[in-house]
Amino acid sequence: MASQFIKRWELNKDKIFNLILAVSAVILIILGVGFFLSLFNASLVSLKKFGLSFFTGVIWDPVQEKFGALPYIYGTLVTSFISLAISLPFSIAISIVLGEYFQKGFFAEILRYLTELIAGVPSVVLGFWGLFFLVPLVREFEIKIGVTPYGVGILTASIILAFMILPYSASIGKDAMRLVPNELKEAAYALGATRWEMIKKVMLPYARSGIIAGVILSLGRALGETMAVTMVIGNYHGIPENIFSPGNTIASVIANEFTEATSEVYLSSLMYLGMTLFIITTVVNLIGRFILKKLQH
Amino acid sequence: MYFRIIKSKAISVLLTFIALLSTIPFLLVLYFILKNGISVINWEFLTTLPKPVGEPGGGILNALVGTIILILIALFLSVPLGIMVGIYLSEHPEGKIAFFSRLVSEILQGVPSIVIGIIAYLWVVKPMGHFSALSGGVALGIMMLPLVIKSTEEILKLIPNEIKEASLALGVPYYRTILRVIIPAGLSGILTGILAGVARIAGETAPLLFTAFGNPFLNFNILKPISAMPLLIFTYAVSPYEDWWSKAWGASCILVIFVLSLNVITRLLSKR
Amino acid sequence: MKKIFIMLTTLSFLLTSFLISQDRELLGAGATFPYVLYSKMFDDYYKKTGIKVNYQSIGSGGGIRQLKEKTVDFGASDAFLSEAQLREFDSPVIHIPICLGAVVITYNLPGNPELKLTPDVIADIYLGKIKKWNDPKLVSLNPDVKLPNMNITVIHRSDGSGTTFVFVDYLSKVSKEWETKVGRGTSVAWPVGLGGKGNEGVTGLVKQIPGSIGYVELIYAKQNKLPVALIKNKKGKFIKPELFSITSSAKVDIPSDTRVSVTDTDAEDGYPISSFTWILIYKEQNYKNRSLERAKQLVKLLWWMIHEGQAHTEPLDYAKLPPEVVKKAEALIKTITYNGKPVYKEVGIK
Repeated sequence: MASQFIKRWELNKDKIFNLILAVSAVILIILGVGFFLSLFNASLVSLKKFGLSFFTGVIWDPVQEKFGALPYIYGTLVTSFISLAISLPFSIAISIVLGEYFQKGFFAEILRYLTELIAGVPSVVLGFWGLFFLVPLVREFEIKIGVTPYGVGILTASIILAFMILPYSASIGKDAMRLVPNELKEAAYALGATRWEMIKKVMLPYARSGIIAGVILSLGRALGETMAVTMVIGNYHGIPENIFSPGNTIASVIANEFTEATSEVYLSSLMYLGMTLFIITTVVNLIGRFILKKLQH
Repeated sequence: MYFRIIKSKAISVLLTFIALLSTIPFLLVLYFILKNGISVINWEFLTTLPKPVGEPGGGILNALVGTIILILIALFLSVPLGIMVGIYLSEHPEGKIAFFSRLVSEILQGVPSIVIGIIAYLWVVKPMGHFSALSGGVALGIMMLPLVIKSTEEILKLIPNEIKEASLALGVPYYRTILRVIIPAGLSGILTGILAGVARIAGETAPLLFTAFGNPFLNFNILKPISAMPLLIFTYAVSPYEDWWSKAWGASCILVIFVLSLNVITRLLSKR
Repeated sequence: MKKIFIMLTTLSFLLTSFLISQDRELLGAGATFPYVLYSKMFDDYYKKTGIKVNYQSIGSGGGIRQLKEKTVDFGASDAFLSEAQLREFDSPVIHIPICLGAVVITYNLPGNPELKLTPDVIADIYLGKIKKWNDPKLVSLNPDVKLPNMNITVIHRSDGSGTTFVFVDYLSKVSKEWETKVGRGTSVAWPVGLGGKGNEGVTGLVKQIPGSIGYVELIYAKQNKLPVALIKNKKGKFIKPELFSITSSAKVDIPSDTRVSVTDTDAEDGYPISSFTWILIYKEQNYKNRSLERAKQLVKLLWWMIHEGQAHTEPLDYAKLPPEVVKKAEALIKTITYNGKPVYKEVGIK
């Protein structure tokens, strides 16, 4: 009798345990859904007022309560893509070097650490460094080529972003390269290929989707980066004329103006911006991860 | 024929050179921070509070304590939930709940930290009616969650099934098996995930801008605004005061050493 | 077992932390304009009374917003609330003036020359119509200065600012074009220029960008050894921003609620871009479970700020309140109530 009771008690404990686990997973799901709903709800006022013209409007005018997000979307996209362009050659070089030439050993480890640790440096510290090291450098360059010497601007922000996203695409690219089956490599050699020809014609095509996934994920990072960007981009409320001109990004605008949006429409417009950023980065990230998952199977 | 071989070698040298070039930013940043920051760090810097604007002296004690408190709150919120979800996912990898919770976790990992700050503002600051360390901790906790979940799930998946089955065969109830056998076996992996999470959130500024808010005084009350290292660095960095700049270097130095050490430790741990 | 123990200790930790420092802390946010002064005042107040005042300089726009959201005990702003803005608050708000400051035009030119500027020139620069330092209009005002052939980099605020409000209020008064094209506000659609965060950010940018021009509170330019321009006032005199001219600008009629702009002042020797800066609070202090104790601390702080606290103003180049304004401020503080009953009586103020 007693042993039967204990058995049922233990079975119940198991059931409760499993229930708790499942509940925690459900809590997470509710968290995620609530996330989106809260953002959406907070953007409603602005959504209703501006609708989709929010994305084409160029004026961000808190006095007239007219809010158009185009300059910030533009700034976000431009800085992200330029930073991708800057980091791409380096990222591919690292992927090949760590993925094929130096896969093990002391040099490989050092190189890995030195290229990946920068991802650990806090954004605000990088922005601080950028303000005192990169900005004066860019300023001198601008003086030399006769452009207004802001120092801050799209170019500077893109350079700092490139530093920040490099480790992501490099690391994923390296992993993708290391996944290339040895048989393929040896087959290429057997056919008389040099090392570089093997890399170019066999490894890179094979690892292509992995490398692309890494690039997409680093794009996702660049789109949402806030602190380093807001410290060096110049906080200009219009569409930047050229790469040396100051600009602004969605994340930077939210950081600057959130605590002081004085009217309901103003605050709601910032939330609308936040929701836009959330959706863009989520889509980009999910695409990247999806490609990665397919690779691993 | 030789041309192709030479070309191959030349390219390998070129690529290695480019790869080495990309270590320069990191080394530059590290050098700059250490050079400017180390000289600032002294006993006064670590143990006193900031002085009024323009007056020399003072320190960053409020920010040091603030960061520690915020991390503790984030740990308290994210570790239990994260481990539980991680266990669930490793034990029930199929099914709708698993799919959606994994999806949410992946989405959260990619959300810009400023958006998470907005959410913490909507969920904690607004209902509470004021800024607080708690809201900052909530934002940081949300950021840590995916990292804890992922590392828990992965380490538990690595544990051979035989161990679990042996324990069950010996009559140990399921929940005990998980809690007393499986988790301890995976503890290093879980710890790695937690450390990686701490390294990530210790340097985050954006979500704290409108949650923790900042405080020039020492504060242990989580319901009140609190200072934090990254917040301090940001405020001081964009100011025009040289004294504040040097303090920001000192704070950056401490923060970077802390975060990088954690990063290196987690890498070494995950090798084992 | 271990888990329960850990949970209990953390719970008790949280509980005790909740109980410490309940009402011996006041929270304020807002203007960066008086931040240098406030940070000194509150440091001194803490030394004298043990009350901690946590002031975050997030810009006047932020101060107004946080007061509206009731997340702070007081807001600080150099832009007084308009009638329309006052209506947005669900309960009356009073403005307590604390001091006067000046918005100066500072710039980064080789040799740090002292420039003379007129209202229309300043407006044209900020409208983007005057683009170079050696524009004929600037040269004719400053014949003794060698103005370089450089682009003018305009710097403004990137955040919601009372300093901006004072500046654009002045520009709206002296330039019809500015008034119609851009207008007034704590955050406006700037035709040209870069944004800096806070007075600190603008100062920082001007300090570092050659050929730049910006508007900041006087003490920021002074502490950073930046030059300031003499500006032609309404009476036709070129005035240097300093204590005397700032105080003079307030020699006009001040209404009893002290909500007045003294820019483009009629006063003979007044600096034309001067302004009061105010602390904003709710008249009725019992909202959202505020305690009487908190209201008392707030009233004591405000009373101190307009009396003993004024000693800190002049050393930092803020003008202290003229005696008539102090009287008006005292009257306003006496109207602060808790549940309808005046608070000042409870703290020993006659």
